Amino acid sequence: MALSQNHEASALRVDGVTKRYGPRVALAGVSLDVAVGECVALIGESGAGKSTLLRCFNRLIEPDSGRILIGGEDASRLDPIQLRRRTGYVPQDGGLLPHWRILRNVELVPWLCQLKGRTQLAEDALSLVGLEPELFGARWPRELSGGQRQRAAVARALAVKPHVVLLDEPFGALDAITRADLQASFVAIRRELELTAVLVTHDLNEAFLLADRIVVMREGQVEQAASPAQLRENPATEYVRHLLQRARVA
Amino acid sequence: MIRPLVQMLFAVGLLQGSSPPGGPQVDRSPRRVVVASKPFGESYLLAEMFAQLLESRGYRVDRRLGLGATEIAFQALRTNRIDVYPEYTGTGLLAILGRRPISDPAQVYREVSREFRSRYGARWLPPLGFQNTYAIAVRSELAQRLHLATLSDLAAVSGKLRAGLTPDFIGRPDGLPGLERVYGVHFRSVRALLPAIKYQALAAGEVDVIDGYSTDGFIARYDLVVLKDDRRFFPPYEAAALISPRFSQELPAGVAVLTEISGLLTEEDMRRFNRRIEVDNEPIPSVAADALRSLGVLQGAAKVPAPGARPQDRGVLPYLWDERATIAGLTLRHLLLVGVSLTAALALALPLGLILERSRKVAESVIRTVSLLQTLPSIALLAFMIPLLGIGVVPALVALFLYSLYPILRNTYTGVRDAAPDAVGAARALGMTPRQILRYVRLPLAAPIIMAGIRTAAVINVGTATLAAFIGAGGLGDPIAAGLALSDTKMILSGALPAAGLALLVDGVLGMCERLVAPGG
Repeated sequence: MALSQNHEASALRVDGVTKRYGPRVALAGVSLDVAVGECVALIGESGAGKSTLLRCFNRLIEPDSGRILIGGEDASRLDPIQLRRRTGYVPQDGGLLPHWRILRNVELVPWLCQLKGRTQLAEDALSLVGLEPELFGARWPRELSGGQRQRAAVARALAVKPHVVLLDEPFGALDAITRADLQASFVAIRRELELTAVLVTHDLNEAFLLADRIVVMREGQVEQAASPAQLRENPATEYVRHLLQRARVA
Repeated sequence: MIRPLVQMLFAVGLLQGSSPPGGPQVDRSPRRVVVASKPFGESYLLAEMFAQLLESRGYRVDRRLGLGATEIAFQALRTNRIDVYPEYTGTGLLAILGRRPISDPAQVYREVSREFRSRYGARWLPPLGFQNTYAIAVRSELAQRLHLATLSDLAAVSGKLRAGLTPDFIGRPDGLPGLERVYGVHFRSVRALLPAIKYQALAAGEVDVIDGYSTDGFIARYDLVVLKDDRRFFPPYEAAALISPRFSQELPAGVAVLTEISGLLTEEDMRRFNRRIEVDNEPIPSVAADALRSLGVLQGAAKVPAPGARPQDRGVLPYLWDERATIAGLTLRHLLLVGVSLTAALALALPLGLILERSRKVAESVIRTVSLLQTLPSIALLAFMIPLLGIGVVPALVALFLYSLYPILRNTYTGVRDAAPDAVGAARALGMTPRQILRYVRLPLAAPIIMAGIRTAAVINVGTATLAAFIGAGGLGDPIAAGLALSDTKMILSGALPAAGLALLVDGVLGMCERLVAPGG
């Protein structure tokens, strides 16, 4: 069986996953493998199902059918709270708690996991994303720029050094220059930590820049999953070709 | 130094339980007799007369004067929460029994006596002798010039006269429309005037005819002539003591004492006494004692307070300063009513708001049901509770509690539900449990909105608590109600100003708390 052969190398795996919201089909039998250390970008229009798929990986959403494996284990048998604590997560808007200072925000997961030395973990994470702990730790989220807030959100996601990080349009709300800065930082950090990452974006350029593999989704299904080079050379469908033309990466 | 407010508050029942000046030396009654009144001057006066008469015969009396209105006073009587209050036969027939008007006073009395006894077990004592019915009044100079003595006389010349009538009287069938039908009255012009100004308007010659009540003190004050209702159009409103079922059974001798003044009071007497309390602002207890003495039922000199400096002799501020001890006591009572009811409302509405946030399907319907409480007129709510809770502090606390629920519940629910959705979403995605999200994210972020709800509830509560006076719970509503009844502005202000100050203070203190709980520096 192909499934069990790849078992060791898969960090995440979905197998025939479906999800409906009333009459609307968000996921229509999606299967996908994410290898350890791989960065996969989910791309597509609004409503294509990319965020729904992302949220299945930390059980924010329970699929109607199909199977999800996390590090080879069936996700439905894992405690969702524990799963989320060991999976990094970066939402589009940062989602920092506005009533907590930056350091406390970054300490969130170490605190939830009741780890010792959590201040050290948080300060390391802040340094990693390029925010000096002495300068930023005691500030309120509202005192930071949008880019700095997003860096803090990445630091929070990485504070307990998770193997897997999920990013839901993490740089979508930033201006072009700030976005380029953060994208560069992300590439460096991912290499350093050998992170497995799943990234939702609707920016094809960002996908080409950050991902090892691009998964084009359309109406709840995978239209094509390929490396950036393969995608550029062999678009599998007319839809993918259009997408490439529109983004002017072809 | 005599303190008029203290005397008034004796009269309006604040200092319940303490015996009034000249109280009884003998105590042979098995229990206190609870004497009540409705919140207007004549009712206060008659009740105070009942009370002093009973005390002069050795009964101990509790005064619960100024109860809300007919509804509240009668509910309290019917359920034996009070023993006696002065009522009018016409009110009994029309307002309480809901019957059609009858013009013969004797027939009205027979009717209410029979019906009240069979329906409620309550007893009407023989009428006191005067009627307080609708009255049509003109300046005496005009009455002489046009030879007006009766309403039929008036009808003949009404085309030349300008009327100033209360809006109520213009509209109701037993008011102007009936007058036009029965007497053929058609005034040259009709102006709607509020009760407070119509006497001045008549005296100043702005209008020629006004409506009023036949025993108004102002009729004597402005030397007006009340025209005789020669066709007996207005329903008779004979004043009488209305007795609770239990008072009749337990203290028949006490009931008999009250019959001593049956039939003795004339309308002219009442106008004179009413003038002394409404126009001259004399203390009610001393007017009541004078009235009883003039009827020859109060032997010897009951020790009533000598008339002191009259309130109108002083400015508002010196008055408030002199009354500061009394006002402080009332304010404390008010604060107690507000504090206890608000704390209880918090204890229910806060957790309920949090529970509803977790079960949103039923939330809106529950909150809407609670919001219905807010739309109930407070007097209706108070009247409704009398059979269950009686009168006094307890029903007032319950009413204030109910009125405080909605703002706290609504703001808690909405505040927690809508608190920073981004932050809540991230907290959940990073592994906070629902309980942790509530405690560390939703509640702190909703705190300012919840506090705003508590502030709203508190300020509403301070205002509504002034109505507690109408069910005998005391507080700053007492001087407001009494002052309104007696047209005594200083007395009104002695309740209204501290109440307004209290509202500001409570809001300010809670505002400081709000800054303390505000999340994130």
